[in-house]
Amino acid sequence: MGGCVPLYAVIFITIFVTLFGALLLFAASKVGKVYKDKVKDETYECGIAVQDKVDTKISIKFYLTAILFIIFDIEIIFMYPWAATYKEFIASGNGLYSLGAMGIFMGVFIFGLWWEIKSKALEWE
Amino acid sequence: MGSDIFEVTVNALKLVTIFLVMVSLVPSLVWLERRGAAFIQDRLGPNRVGPLGLTQLAADAVKFIFKEEFVPAKAIKFMFYGAPVFALLPASLALCALPLGPIINIIPFEAFGQTWGPYIFSIQGYEASLGILFVLAASSLAVYPILMAGWGSGNKYSLFGALRGSSQIISYELAMGLAILGVILIFGTFNLNEMVTAQNGPLSFSAFDYSMTLSFLPNWGIFYQPIGAFLFLAAAFAESNRLPFDLPEGESELVAGFHTEYGGLKMNLFFIGEYGHMIVASALMVIFYFGGYLIPGVSPEQVTQFLSGFIDSQNMTAVLSGLIHLGAFSIKVFIFLWIFIHVRWSLPRFRYDQLMELGWKTMLPWALGNLILTAVIMAAIH
Repeated sequence: MGGCVPLYAVIFITIFVTLFGALLLFAASKVGKVYKDKVKDETYECGIAVQDKVDTKISIKFYLTAILFIIFDIEIIFMYPWAATYKEFIASGNGLYSLGAMGIFMGVFIFGLWWEIKSKALEWE
Repeated sequence: MGSDIFEVTVNALKLVTIFLVMVSLVPSLVWLERRGAAFIQDRLGPNRVGPLGLTQLAADAVKFIFKEEFVPAKAIKFMFYGAPVFALLPASLALCALPLGPIINIIPFEAFGQTWGPYIFSIQGYEASLGILFVLAASSLAVYPILMAGWGSGNKYSLFGALRGSSQIISYELAMGLAILGVILIFGTFNLNEMVTAQNGPLSFSAFDYSMTLSFLPNWGIFYQPIGAFLFLAAAFAESNRLPFDLPEGESELVAGFHTEYGGLKMNLFFIGEYGHMIVASALMVIFYFGGYLIPGVSPEQVTQFLSGFIDSQNMTAVLSGLIHLGAFSIKVFIFLWIFIHVRWSLPRFRYDQLMELGWKTMLPWALGNLILTAVIMAAIH
């Protein structure tokens, strides 16, 4: 205990889980029979010959979603320390000050969300 | 991990046990899901192998291991093999940080000609003082195995499934994060243990100068955060890729999504990861909104007192009381796991644009509104 995260325990379970999975996979690769076949090794494509490259074109919406996620997630993470201390602020009589300060930040957040919806950044055709 | 060999051993054993229990819960859940689905659809389900079809689990496990180990020629080997192993990690890391029972105080005792103790053990893998943040950080790692599998398979269907999966998971993480913020506001802490202890006793509101106690209801978070609880549950479904949010593996469009090229044990490891996520989500739901390991109407002290009427040893009483609370926690978690299974066989799948619209345009504003409402009410009633 102490500290934010018990580092040794986390490292221990990480190594244990990785070894568990790796050993199981290793065992499975030794036990099962393998029949090599050129056609079988091909990429799956509904029974016909492979049509397209793997690195095919991807809708730009996925990138946009990822960018928007990062922006909004960081904004949400900034609210976490506020939420944890809000009760103490109220108890010490500064609740309204804390709420107002956060209100400005939330105003920016809501404006961002509104703008995002209005500019049709979230429309999937 | 501890000061002497006994403490280190116990702590390590706890971690290993939690992980192995999670892994071995998966076949039972699969059986429950198949039987439950069968009964919902007016069938019988697997009932031939052993009593109630229970040995089907063992048969499945053996079958998975003995299957052929297949790698497509175009796969990137490291990613293809790494993804299923990595898929186990997020759920087990998160599960180990959850409090499963009260703290056990062990007073000094004699064994092997030596005095051991005193010790303080908690029924949880490890105690992260920033509980929620650690759990969120660990469980959001779940995007990586999906992307690794999608890219490593060298298959279009896998790639599209992985992209859909990851963008769905990150979209619903926003609503989930905001729903959890409401919980943090109510309890004023990040620590999961403190949250559970705060839900002890009967439900009591205090507004202005009045205070009201409803002695027939427990002091659970659901009564303070009903909207938040619903949003969290919905987001949890999306995070663990379960129906109605299982777009990443929508078989009508994408064959099997990111695990199209996987089979046998590798596929099984993905399964363990997915069910592990379900277990973590149910456990978080219980901890945030349903009193964690607490038994409604009975406080941990009362349980200990009751037990000490039968048992002399103080250490045994502490351990037994811990196990009873662990049992209560498991029952609550199983109720939620059953809800996960029941919903899967009751609701149809969303279309992808509907899914993103629900996440960004419905759940995100509702969660934000819930947060603001909670904050304003908390300030107003003081």
